[in-house]
Amino acid sequence: MDRRAFLRSTAAVAAFSLPALRAHAAPANYRKVLVLVELKGGNDGLNTLVPYTDPAYYALRPKIAIARDQVVQLSDRAGLHPSLSPLAKSWNDGKLAVLQGVGYPDPNLSHFRSIEIWDTASKSETYLQEGWLTRTFGAQPVPTSFAADGVIIGSSELGPLAGAGTRAIALADTEQFLRRAKLAQPGANASNRALAHILKVEGDIVQAASHLAGRTTFATEFPAGAFGNAIRTACQIIANPSGVAVVRVTLSGFDTHANQPATQARLLTEVANGLIALQSALVELGKWNDTLVLTYAEFGRRPKENQNNGTDHGTANVHFATGGRVKGGFYGAASSLAQLSADGNPGYALDFRTVYATVLERWWSVDSRDALGGRFTPVPYLG
Amino acid sequence: MRALLVAAVTLASTVAAAAPMGYDQARHLLARTGFRPTDAEIRGYAALTREQGVNLVLRDVRTQAITPPPSFTLDTTALRYPRADTVTPEESRAFQQQLVRQGLELRAWWMHEMLVTPSPITERMTLFWHNHFVSSQQKVRFSRLMYQQNATLRAHALGSFADLLRAASKDPAMLIYLDTAQSRKGQPNENFAREVMELFTLGEGHYGEADIKEAARAFTGWSLDRDTGRYLFRPAIHDYGMKTVLGKSGRFDGDGVLDVILDRPQTAEFITAKLWREFVSGDPDPREVQRIGKAFRNRNYDIKVALRFLLESDAFWDPANRGSLIKSPVELVVGTLRQLDVAPGGATPFVVVAAGMGQNLFSPPNVKGWPGGEQWINSNSLLARKQFLDRLARMDDAPPAMMAMLPANGDDAPRVERFMRAVDRGMRNVQFDAARWVARQPGDSSIAKMQSAQALLLPLAPVIADAPKPDVDALAFVRATLLDPSYQLK
Repeated sequence: MDRRAFLRSTAAVAAFSLPALRAHAAPANYRKVLVLVELKGGNDGLNTLVPYTDPAYYALRPKIAIARDQVVQLSDRAGLHPSLSPLAKSWNDGKLAVLQGVGYPDPNLSHFRSIEIWDTASKSETYLQEGWLTRTFGAQPVPTSFAADGVIIGSSELGPLAGAGTRAIALADTEQFLRRAKLAQPGANASNRALAHILKVEGDIVQAASHLAGRTTFATEFPAGAFGNAIRTACQIIANPSGVAVVRVTLSGFDTHANQPATQARLLTEVANGLIALQSALVELGKWNDTLVLTYAEFGRRPKENQNNGTDHGTANVHFATGGRVKGGFYGAASSLAQLSADGNPGYALDFRTVYATVLERWWSVDSRDALGGRFTPVPYLG
Repeated sequence: MRALLVAAVTLASTVAAAAPMGYDQARHLLARTGFRPTDAEIRGYAALTREQGVNLVLRDVRTQAITPPPSFTLDTTALRYPRADTVTPEESRAFQQQLVRQGLELRAWWMHEMLVTPSPITERMTLFWHNHFVSSQQKVRFSRLMYQQNATLRAHALGSFADLLRAASKDPAMLIYLDTAQSRKGQPNENFAREVMELFTLGEGHYGEADIKEAARAFTGWSLDRDTGRYLFRPAIHDYGMKTVLGKSGRFDGDGVLDVILDRPQTAEFITAKLWREFVSGDPDPREVQRIGKAFRNRNYDIKVALRFLLESDAFWDPANRGSLIKSPVELVVGTLRQLDVAPGGATPFVVVAAGMGQNLFSPPNVKGWPGGEQWINSNSLLARKQFLDRLARMDDAPPAMMAMLPANGDDAPRVERFMRAVDRGMRNVQFDAARWVARQPGDSSIAKMQSAQALLLPLAPVIADAPKPDVDALAFVRATLLDPSYQLK
């Protein structure tokens, strides 16, 4: 009998001692924070990590391809979009993992549905209501002393933290949240389950607000604009001493059906400068080694450019992981442009759930099977 | 002894059913079957028995909205996207913007209807079916088709579920949303066949994968005429072969499969249980569901029959179920405006506000619809709800606060901000005069009036808000009551 099975059977007979048992079963380390960066709309991976020696790439994109001499070369075949040049230092320091061909079987091309698949870690044809982190925290709870399980910045959609049970706080910036939080009022004496749920959420808000009240100042200068502010807010939240397991920031606008080059260049500049500021501020706090940053999006974009200097919805995509303990390098495999499906999209090399498995098993040391709906071998991007 | 006890309980509930409802029960009936009732509406019902009350709720139901629809719904041009190679990017963008604008107009139209309808149960049921026979503007795109679907749902909202199922299945928006229009003989698309069994009728566990595959063949040929925007049967792509669905064999077409499905008791029970969760409590009683489901099916799926049984059930009137359901965002917004007698200039700001709380009309998140119940409330949606209520009670809030309530699916930040400022201006035009509203409540002292107001607004005793005190001003009192956690309940 393995240890987990033993603990499961013990739990069945000793349900009353479950909290103590859980603490023992899961030496979860939620002091290590996960920062999710959502590139909403579906960032074009092919112009993010450019296969600059592949003639097929230039044939598919006569108008919007990134010229070879513009690319920030990472290898003799692949290089970054020029707007991402600030990340070259992370790459050279061995702290930038490039995850290639991230996707899933039977891909869905709807923004709505595909991000739901990513957020719930469901199969393409299965509808789940709870986010993958909600399920994780449900089985292996974040300590109640934490300000919150997770904080969602700049979006009203809780994504991976959706569903009841988790202590997820959504806010635009901390000051505004603290103002609004005054409307919340914890109370006891729930006469039914619905009221008990409402009172729990009121309590979560009040608790988060009490922990987030202090304000940290940084020597780091944050980029101007909404995304820079979101990064600053993320750093302030991570600075709170009581802890938070996950922070998600969102940058929108990647749905580049038309005039992609200028839009994507602007957005990737924001991403790169934001990530550099995040790293600098967290180094200041002494927390960079306890931070893992992961980008994600609903899908990549179609390799063949469209008639409007843009690209349409696609499938597999490139993503990045960075942080003090990340083992830099390439993972997965670049999408083969020679083998596209009937609708012109590539297959995937890394199932996105294998990327999540690394977070759960290698970063937090928690079980991933239930949260991900099966066994997925972690991608070894952590040192 | 036991039999005696049962007899005594039965007698007690019979006596209760024959007596006038009184204020609390009348309030419960109207709050559960409509949007928030006003004091005058409740008093109109208080002298009736439960049966009379239920009869009255179900009497003057409508099949059409009283609000005239937006003009674009009368459009008869062909449904086509401009082709990328025949229009300029500017024309393409203008087309997209027109779709967005029409979508917003349509949402505002429906919310306006909810605000003014003389039959709240009609709109509640239309909303219920919108969340059952789900289609979303996210995929259907053409607001005209979403309007047509809404009209179809309303026409059958309190009619026969069998007719509703047949109409909703051939509805153009549905044909697009679940890909029926793309399905053809030899290459059947299983999307609709799967969802019609799993989500619309039988529920999971009452059919097999083989049933889905066979049914999908039967639905081939159900198509859409893009020139007229109407349903069209295309014999050339229909599979006329033998099919076996749920143990029955025949050369079924789509309607034939629906008949087989309607013949199963699970269909009636599945719908009854869902209606139970909407109107009675979060935990359907399996034996009652079976009993009511049987009556529902035997009476040609008359939706009013199912509702009447549910509303006259002991569970509906059980005080333990009072205030045990969470209001949906649309119920909260529409109900609050109705109950506080606030006449908004236009419904658009409130459509956006409800979307910020997680219910964007005509855009349910996926084919399963809004999950509802406790899922309505998380930190973000709860603060959005409270901010809306606070905002109504105190009109001096700074505009940026409203922006956080926006659903985060806009990719165009400046446009979104401009839009939100417009919403804020709209909100500011709403006048709520708390002192006058409280003064209109019954009672011979200001405290008595506040007590009446609290009994009207809250389904349960307040969790936090104090009992009315003489030195509290009306606005502070209304605000505290609206912000009490129990105000989220019905």
